[in-house]
Amino acid sequence: MLRFILQKILLLIPTFIGITLAAFMFVRLLPGDPVTILTGERGVDPERRAAMMAQLGLDQPLPLQYLDYVGKLLQGDFGQSLATHRPVTEEFFARLPATLELALFAILIAIALGVPAGILAAVKRGRWPDHLVMGVALTGYSMPIFWWGLLLIMLFSTGLGWTPVSGRLDIINYYFEPVTGFMVIDAWLSGERGAVASALRHLLLPSIVLSTIPMAVIARQTRSAMLEVLGEDYVRTAYAKGLPTWRVILVHALRNALITVVTVIGLQIGVLMAGAVLTETIFAWPGIGKWMIEAIARRDYPAVQGGLLFIAVLVMVVNLIVDLLYGWINPRVRDGR
Amino acid sequence: MSLLEVRKLSVAFQTQGGWFRAVEGVNLSLDRGEVLAIVGESGSGKSVAMLALMGLLPATARIECERLLLDGQDLLGLAPKARRRLNGGTMAMIFQEPMSSLNPCFTIGYQIDEAVRTHLGGGRKARRERVLHLLELVGIPDPPRRFDAYPHQLSGGMSQRAMIAMALAADPELLIADEPTTALDVTVQAQILELLLKLQQERDMGLILITHDMGVVAETAQHVLVQYAGQQVERQAVRGLFEQPLHPYTRALLDALPERAPPGDFLPTIPGLVPGQHDRPRGCLFAPRCGHAGALCQTQEPVWQQLESGPGWRCHFVQGDPPAPVFPAPAALQQGGEQGEQD
Repeated sequence: MLRFILQKILLLIPTFIGITLAAFMFVRLLPGDPVTILTGERGVDPERRAAMMAQLGLDQPLPLQYLDYVGKLLQGDFGQSLATHRPVTEEFFARLPATLELALFAILIAIALGVPAGILAAVKRGRWPDHLVMGVALTGYSMPIFWWGLLLIMLFSTGLGWTPVSGRLDIINYYFEPVTGFMVIDAWLSGERGAVASALRHLLLPSIVLSTIPMAVIARQTRSAMLEVLGEDYVRTAYAKGLPTWRVILVHALRNALITVVTVIGLQIGVLMAGAVLTETIFAWPGIGKWMIEAIARRDYPAVQGGLLFIAVLVMVVNLIVDLLYGWINPRVRDGR
Repeated sequence: MSLLEVRKLSVAFQTQGGWFRAVEGVNLSLDRGEVLAIVGESGSGKSVAMLALMGLLPATARIECERLLLDGQDLLGLAPKARRRLNGGTMAMIFQEPMSSLNPCFTIGYQIDEAVRTHLGGGRKARRERVLHLLELVGIPDPPRRFDAYPHQLSGGMSQRAMIAMALAADPELLIADEPTTALDVTVQAQILELLLKLQQERDMGLILITHDMGVVAETAQHVLVQYAGQQVERQAVRGLFEQPLHPYTRALLDALPERAPPGDFLPTIPGLVPGQHDRPRGCLFAPRCGHAGALCQTQEPVWQQLESGPGWRCHFVQGDPPAPVFPAPAALQQGGEQGEQD
């Protein structure tokens, strides 16, 4: 088992190197540079400009800049944000809990609705529940996130007034120091009446928006995995044993179908991080997605590079965990191989 | 009263090309302590008929039956709950592929325990005792260790033993074994058959053995039912079947056994294929492959004939009592076999 984990971790190293390169290149492919943004529309004289470029190390050739960047990374230095002059690491981890909270709720919603919907569709294959689930899934999958988010805000926030439009908490009525960074938990710890409900109401719409695509993917994958598994001999054996239908479907078939579904759920984490960028922007959610968008707009190279890197590592770690879970779910993987 | 009584069982599947008749008018009866073998080529409807008995066919299947009694209880139109009580309780079934018939995600012990829990209930400890006892009964060494083994950790033979243990969990009165040894090594095949027969005799169970191995039939069964293209073509006691087969198809099957084949370079075979959904002959279904088929066979469906002494068959030939082997010399058949091989 340890060997298995070490192997996986070793494999992460080349991926990591690739990501540093990609992160480095992508931000520099954007038109404009930090100095242009910093100095504003009117600009500064060329000498001052050259000095500023030199100060940021941007006058060096790209390969040198890259080596310098990687060299600092190896020492654990992710650089300072050009906008705030605070370490990228600090900035990132200050905002990470907000995104994690959102992503966690979103994936929970996606699993809680997607898996049962997929099972239902598979069991009622070719009949109206199947068509309904698959139709909704296709719609959800095809929907642009920002548009979907705006629609929901129009209906539930501005229209019906059920949910707040943006933010994480009703800050007029509540204030407490962050402890964990997870608003729901902090609200609970604060002991203020109604704070948890307020946090949850703020969380509801963004997490529904963020969960839409993963939910659609999970529903479709669950359906096809279940269809495959329901035709297996051991399902027939389970019926031959006289087990009730729900037990055959939810225990014997689902356990096997989950092997593929868990892999898909792991892959959705990446989708979720991408979706967080848009969702956080729409709902003014102070997480890393929104921070990254702002960093990109400011051409804040160190922040964008650091953010991309951290997100990539996060996705890789989640996938590693999924790999380990896989062994737990599938006994055939557990023994060696 | 016999344990199992089936009269005119037919199964059809809805396909894109219309209804496909997989089983047509099968009759059988089985007593406690009796072994009935059902033989026939692949696609002859052996398994489908038994799956119909167990209620395990998909929803696309249409089952028709005049009478279907197990231990006096009508199986037709049984409520799902009552059906579940029977399956794995009074009647149990084991399958051709033991490896894929066991759920890879659960231990052997868990899967056998499920059957015990469903039909007998009882506390955790008592059930575990029962499962260990069952594992021992089917000859699995070191039951406490195998209890926690996953299917992929067992060989094919061990898996089939585990399947048998699962089937025996609630002391069924009828056991259906669908080609239980086909997927196994030859040496293991004999062991599994021996085990099945031993358990069947000890427990006075009725055993239906689906097979296409005539050797297995000769060693195990008291009665034999020969199926062809979904129809029952012959039914008689095993001794009579081997000594005096009544249907040309049975005879051809027997002639194809290496140990019975006449000396020569070629082992006789039956030319052609079992008719499918779209090429069903008008008359006798076996006529296109039969060495004796005449004009009547091509145009008219033969009816089931039955002697008072028991044997029955579906053929235009051999009428009268006692049945006389009026077939032409086997040479004709043998010739056909050679042609078939060259085709």
